Parts: sequence; structure tokens; C-alpha cells
Amino acid sequence: MKNKILLLLKKEGSKSFVSSLIAIALGLLFGFVIILIANPGDALEGLKLLLTGGFYRGAKSLGQVFYLAVPIMMTGLSVAFAFKCGEFNIGTPGQYIMGAFTAVFVALKCDFIPNSILWIVCIIAAGLAGALWAIIPGVLKAYRNVNVVISCIMCNYIGMLLVIEGIKATIYNPTGAESYSVPAEKAIPAFGLDKIFPDSNINFGIVIAILLCILAYIIMNKTTFGYELKACGYNPDAAKYAGMNEKKCIILSMAIAGFFSGVGGAIAYLSGTGKTLPISEVLPAEGFNGIPVALLGFNNPIGCIFAALFIGYINVGGNYMQSLNIAIEVIDIIVASIIYFSSFTLFIKMIFNKYKNKKQKSIEGGHES
Amino acid sequence: MSIVYFLFAQTLLFAIPLLVVALGGMFSERSGVINIALEGIMILGGFFGVFFINFMQTNQIMSGQALLILALLVSGIVGGLFSLLHAFASIHLKADQTISGTALNLFAPAFGLFIAKTIQDGVQSVMFENQFRIVEVPILSQIPVLGDLFFKNCYLTTFIGIFILIISYVFLMKTKTGLRLRSCGENPQASDAAGISVYKMRYLGVVLSGFLAGMGGLIYILPISTEFNCNVAGYGFLALAVLIFGNWKPWRIAGAAFFFGATKTIAYTYTSIPFLAALSLPATAYKLIPYIATLILLAFTSKNSAAPRAEGEPFDKGKR
Repeated sequence: MKNKILLLLKKEGSKSFVSSLIAIALGLLFGFVIILIANPGDALEGLKLLLTGGFYRGAKSLGQVFYLAVPIMMTGLSVAFAFKCGEFNIGTPGQYIMGAFTAVFVALKCDFIPNSILWIVCIIAAGLAGALWAIIPGVLKAYRNVNVVISCIMCNYIGMLLVIEGIKATIYNPTGAESYSVPAEKAIPAFGLDKIFPDSNINFGIVIAILLCILAYIIMNKTTFGYELKACGYNPDAAKYAGMNEKKCIILSMAIAGFFSGVGGAIAYLSGTGKTLPISEVLPAEGFNGIPVALLGFNNPIGCIFAALFIGYINVGGNYMQSLNIAIEVIDIIVASIIYFSSFTLFIKMIFNKYKNKKQKSIEGGHES
Repeated sequence: MSIVYFLFAQTLLFAIPLLVVALGGMFSERSGVINIALEGIMILGGFFGVFFINFMQTNQIMSGQALLILALLVSGIVGGLFSLLHAFASIHLKADQTISGTALNLFAPAFGLFIAKTIQDGVQSVMFENQFRIVEVPILSQIPVLGDLFFKNCYLTTFIGIFILIISYVFLMKTKTGLRLRSCGENPQASDAAGISVYKMRYLGVVLSGFLAGMGGLIYILPISTEFNCNVAGYGFLALAVLIFGNWKPWRIAGAAFFFGATKTIAYTYTSIPFLAALSLPATAYKLIPYIATLILLAFTSKNSAAPRAEGEPFDKGKR
């Protein structure tokens, strides 16, 4: 009996896995068709570059994959964490940009902190800034019943405008009409990762990001606190009846989610690659791109690691593909179709189950006769 | 007095696209389907509308207001078709409604830019000539005050927007189909028991929202630019906010859109308003007004917000 249950559990997981593989295959196929229509001559070559791009220049490309994956891994984790607690955190762009600004500000202005620990201080400060920015919608939801989606959208714009003003007032570089960049000696150290992935922009940030994902998984699934957060997400009334403080749950889940987004912004701008904060009124794409990462990762913190790496991987491939005059937008088209097809998961599972039930019935029928 | 007319015209430029798109979102959400894809649908609708105008103008086939109306139809139809993807996933496949919405949001700008770059040899913006401004409507512009407010230096889209508002109200609140559509967003099981096809109603809601959002994309870009970069500056998400702010009701949505348009107008024109310019605050302070004011208003009005009860839930016949 026990074995049978184990087998079933295994099958449920494997079904999810198989249906995501189907979604990825369908998405890639769709992308290929688009390339084929746009540029029939180079389509096969383009597909090859897309699929192998992450290894195209060996370790360098792979290091680049990690570099691109980190920010969206964090914003994806942010969206996924809030999702598990029943809130749709569409405020990641605002939290991300607040974190990024705080990190750059601390790195450039706080000279009294020695460089060896400066990056740690920056990351923590950025995380707190992100958390603060997510607490606003959380408090408004908990005490005034304000829809989180709308307050997050408002906070995105408020954050973006405040950051622009903050840059102009403190760390503005008039020659480029942007912020100063964080110099390499103050950036997150690579701790030898640059030896393994030479010439790439990799740094220790990838390790921090993965550790945070694992930490989020542990909070979510192995602690009483995480259980309370999830319970409030599933059914706030029942959670309240069971003696949980649902207001506290909402605020804390948003704050933690915001912390992750803020850290994402810090890691992106402390990479030592000369990345600067713009003063144009555009929300950072890394923020919204957290939503697809979370969805591809089934809102599971561990899933976010793989989803972000996957999107980073095909983005690197897409960059190489531009040499064939194939517009890089095809990457977003592919990711969008993969997400769309992943919404068929339930449907594909249903087909699986129907097939299985039929089989089982025929077996049972055989036993009876 | 002329400054008042100018500010009013500006307010309408901001408010009308928000109004049209938010009304679209209203149909979808009142039928029980969350539509966060409004932004994407706006972009794709706007893109094809602008592309249509570009094609007609460069080949000199058509021009003027007739072209505008046709282009609006093109945008609307593209938006409606595009939203079918969302409808199919969230109604038939019972998928999580944020998933397909996000997919559409990601897909639309990428697809538009990809087509533009492929057709125009790497140039991503689609150009068009703005020949749609009406300097003066004959006769009507002679009405004192009202004539200056509505019928001088205006766009046909303003009247279309107001027309859509009235039609939407009548359709949703006063017709049998509207009542049925609303019932599917509140208690689909009861609607089903009463013999209403929940699937059909929800498809209707989503496609209507796609049609209006697609049109909204073109309405947004026409008066303010002469090129389209597959970017509507977050108006789709703002429309979502207006929809929630407007409590899912047509007239309150109109009020919310107008409020947002007015505060945004202050943010961009404060230098020409004497007493605001005299304060000499940084520009950012004014730009923050629409968002902060919305947050504060929401904090005081959200206690009895009335979202459709079955919103976001896939319809399951067997559930009670």
C-alpha cells in the first residue's frame, strides 16, 4: 500500500515535469516557425545557436547565463513567494529599482565601510529598501483592504520617480545623464568563480541568489511560520479562526517578497560591469520578468532557480542569434509561448488521468471476469 | 479662460484611453475572468492599427477621419482575436488566469517589434502622420463654454470614448445579456442552473475586453505621437488600477479615469498653471501626485470594495 502511494506521488510530480517539457518543446517549435517565416535561409542555423548558445563560447557563455539569470531569479522568487501567500506581487519593478538605488548609493557614499564587507552591507540595505517598498501595499491591504495589485502598480511608479529624483540629488553623473556606476573594487567579489568561467561577468551573486531560493523553500515548507503564511493565502478566514494573525501574515509575506526583489536589484548593479541607473521614466524590465520566471517555476522557490537559468540560457543564445539578422525579440516570443503552453498543464494532466483511468478500468474489468 | 480649455483637452487625452481600456477590463472581470493582459492587448491592437494607418498613408489610399475609424476597427478586431487566446486558456482549459495574461503581456511587444524590424529592415518604430485633429466642429463649436471645451481642437476618439461609456453602461446594467454576464462573475453555478451558458458569457466578456483594449491602444498613441514603438507606457496596468478604483462600475470607472487624467495633466502642465508654477517645487513632486492621490483615496474607499465574487475562478460545474 505504502509503495503504491509513493508511486502515485512520483507520478504526480513526473506529470508536472513532463507537461512543462511539452510546453517548452511547443514554445520552441512556435519560435522556430516564426524564425522560419521571417528568415527561412538561416532558420536552422538560428535554432542551433538558440539551443546551444549557452555553451557557444564554452565557459564564458555559461558564466553569462548565470549573470543574466540572477536578477530575474530574485524577482521571480519574490513573485513566487508572495503568490504562495495568496498575494500577486506585481510591484517587483518598484522594489527592484529601490533596492538597486540603495545599493549603488551605499556603495558610492558610505566610504567609512571597508571594501571587504561593503558589498554585504549594500545587499542587506537594498533588501531592506525593497522590503520597505513592499510593506506599503501589505499594510494597505491588511488594514485598509486596498487591492494589492493596484497599490503595487502605484508604488512602482512612485518608487521609480523617487529613485530618479534621488539619483539627481546624490549620485548623478552629468556627462552620461545617468548615475555613476559602482567601481569594480567595491563590487561583489567573484571568489574564484571568474577562474571557472573566464571572461564572463559572473560573481558571487549567483551563489547568494541560489542560497536565498533554498532559504525561501525552507521557510515556506519546513517552518511553522511558512505554514501560517500559506494557510493565510489559502483561506484567510480559516487561518484567523485557527488563531493566526492574518494581518501580520500579509505584511510579512509582502516584506519578505520585497526583500528578495531588492536584493536582486543590488546584485545586478553591484556586478562591477559598469551598469548605471538611468533617469528615464521606464520601469525596469527585470521586475516584470520575475512574473514569467515564477510561473515557469510553478511558484516554487527551487523551480525559480531552474526557470531563471533557462530564460538566461536562451537569452544568451538569442544574443548570438542577432548576428544572423534575427531580431532578439524572438526570445520573448518563445518565453511567452512557453508560459502560454504551460497554462495547458492542467489540461495535459487531465488527458494523462483519463488515459490512466481507462487503462485501470480495463484491468479491473479483467479481474472481475 | 483659455488655460482651462487647454487643461481640459489635456485631461481628456490622458483619460479617454484609460476609460476605454478600463471599460474593456470591466466586461472581462464582471464575467469572472481576470484580465491582466490589457497592456499586451493594447500594444498589439495599437501596433496593427498604426501599421494599417502607415500602410494607407504611404500608399495614399485613404486619409482623414474615415481612415481613423477603419484603423480603430482594425485595432479592436486584432485585440479581440488576441484576447481569444486568453479566453481559451482561462475558460476552456481552466488555467490560472494570471498565467495566460502574463504570456500575452510578454508576447505582444516582442511580436510587434519583431514584425516591425523584420518588415522595415531593423527599424523598430512604425511612423504615421497625425492628420486626425479636428480644429473645429461646425455649428457645435459655437455653443458657449461647451463648444470650447469639447468641439475645438478635439479628436474623434474623445466622442467615441464617451459613446463607448454610455453603450457599456446600457449593455451591462440594462440588458438581459448584461445581467447574465454579471451573474457569471458572481455565482456561475447558479447561472448555469438557470440555463445560462457560462462559457459563452465569459467568452463574450473577454472578447469585448480585447476589442476595447485593442482600440484603446490606438486611441492612446494617436494624439500624442507620430511613431509607435510597441510601448504604451504602462497604460494597460493603469487601466487595471482605474478599473479597481472605479469599483467595477461604469460611471465610477469614468470618474476614476477622469480623476487620473486630471492629476496627470497637472503633473505635465504645472508650469503653465500660474499658482503651481509659483511654488517652484521639483517636477517630480507633481508627477507623484496621480499615484499618491490614488493610494490615499483607495485607503479611504476600499473598505467596501465590491470585486466580482467568482473573479479568477475557473468555472467548475460540479462545484457548489
